[in-house]
Amino acid sequence: MPGAGWRPTTGRDFLLRRARLLAAVRGFFAERRVLEVDTPVLGLHTVTDPHIDSIAVTPPPGSTPGAAYLQTSPEYAMKRLLAAGSGDIYQIAHAFRAEEHGRLHNPEFTLLEWYRLGYDHHGLMTEVAELVRSVLGALPVRRFTYAEAFGRFADLDPFDAGPDALRRCAARAVPGAPDLGDDRDAWLDLIMGHLIAPALGAESLDFVYDYPASQAALARRLPDTPDRAARFELFVSGLELANGFHELADPAEQRRRFERDQARRAAAGKPVPALDRRLLAALQAGLPDCAGVALGLDRLLMLQLGAERIEQVIPFPAERS
Amino acid sequence: MASYSTNEFKGGLKIMLDGDPYTIVENEFVKPGKGQAFNRVKVRNLKTGRVLEKTFKSGESVEAADVVETDMQYLYNDGDHWYFMDPQTFEQVGAAKAVVEDAARWLKEQDVCTVVLWNGEPISVEPPAHVNLTVTETDPGLRGDTSSGGSKPATLETGAVVQVPLFIEVGEVLKVDTRRGEYISRAKE
Repeated sequence: MPGAGWRPTTGRDFLLRRARLLAAVRGFFAERRVLEVDTPVLGLHTVTDPHIDSIAVTPPPGSTPGAAYLQTSPEYAMKRLLAAGSGDIYQIAHAFRAEEHGRLHNPEFTLLEWYRLGYDHHGLMTEVAELVRSVLGALPVRRFTYAEAFGRFADLDPFDAGPDALRRCAARAVPGAPDLGDDRDAWLDLIMGHLIAPALGAESLDFVYDYPASQAALARRLPDTPDRAARFELFVSGLELANGFHELADPAEQRRRFERDQARRAAAGKPVPALDRRLLAALQAGLPDCAGVALGLDRLLMLQLGAERIEQVIPFPAERS
Repeated sequence: MASYSTNEFKGGLKIMLDGDPYTIVENEFVKPGKGQAFNRVKVRNLKTGRVLEKTFKSGESVEAADVVETDMQYLYNDGDHWYFMDPQTFEQVGAAKAVVEDAARWLKEQDVCTVVLWNGEPISVEPPAHVNLTVTETDPGLRGDTSSGGSKPATLETGAVVQVPLFIEVGEVLKVDTRRGEYISRAKE
């Protein structure tokens, strides 16, 4: 007997709100003359991030090319467009991340990603706030450096704290905290996820910026304080909603970061994807000075509708897809 | 030894922590977009019932607990142990007094209970949600008073004491809610 599993988990009213949000986003960028683009969901390469796992797709035997990956974000392809002279661009893209499943995660989700030429991360934070306020209402905006956020909400200096201080802080904030040894960034992630993020964005849009260089991802380092990177995140109602960079344009440093990521993945016993040489070649050809951001559209919709779980805004979450 | 990755965590999964068997009550996946993922769980100790919180680095493995919940028929007790039988295999197990705990006062021979076995040994016993038990002691009934709201204590054949309406008399069979320890009604014949 067929069960009810064929049905979407969202009601028609939520489908309508989702469609309206997509239309509003397109209106926002049309007004600002930012070009909508569409890059492959299935790519030959994928990211080497230590904590982002790709879903590899195996084509039938004998076909070319070999392994391919569902993209974890459209970032690399969009940077190749930028290097080729696209100008300001945005994309509403499906993205895929293995093993990310929970109240706020579905392995397939929708990212809104955009790039602005001549912006730094401060300029882009302003535009992110404008977009989010146009959806959620005129909430006040606060900006904290990463160091300020840790000082204020965890009473910890994230750049100075030794392993014992990190351990003590985590033990206070996280019931039954795991032992993360000398993995500094893991301790900081634990404290960020369990203590700081939940305190952010209760009645405002809270940006955190200037992350430790060890968590720079694809952000450039700050010229005057090279232990910090021009990276920001936006938190609303405790949810991590967006992550942006003043983009790293230096191909040599990009290559070093990829290689360091690969070494970390190998050490953790994870699959090690090859470097995306086409991205490196694009940086070599010249990425214009720009800032870019990825914003979780499903989460933005959750906030707009007051939804508690991501499957309330995705008609067919993974287990029902 | 069998083990589970945090990716398999979900409510009801039985795992070993610090030498004790636990069941997962709640599992929350916490991950910064670019950072280390964690699984924050609430777990219940299957021996003590105590609930605690624990956070795992996602991808870690945790030893599986060899725990099964099974329906077994209560046979008898000798004061130290309460004996139960698997109605399919006729296999018997004895549960110590500390394991049976509160359930003892609801157990009537032949009743089917939920017994939790860890490595084959009983670690908790849950009586049926509703049991029918005979009143062995209570103040004389107020005949005809079937409406007024008063109540009085009544001792049942298993030793449990529940509050019952005033009209209940010794020898009557009552239907009792074991979770709340409350009288529901007279048992239908």
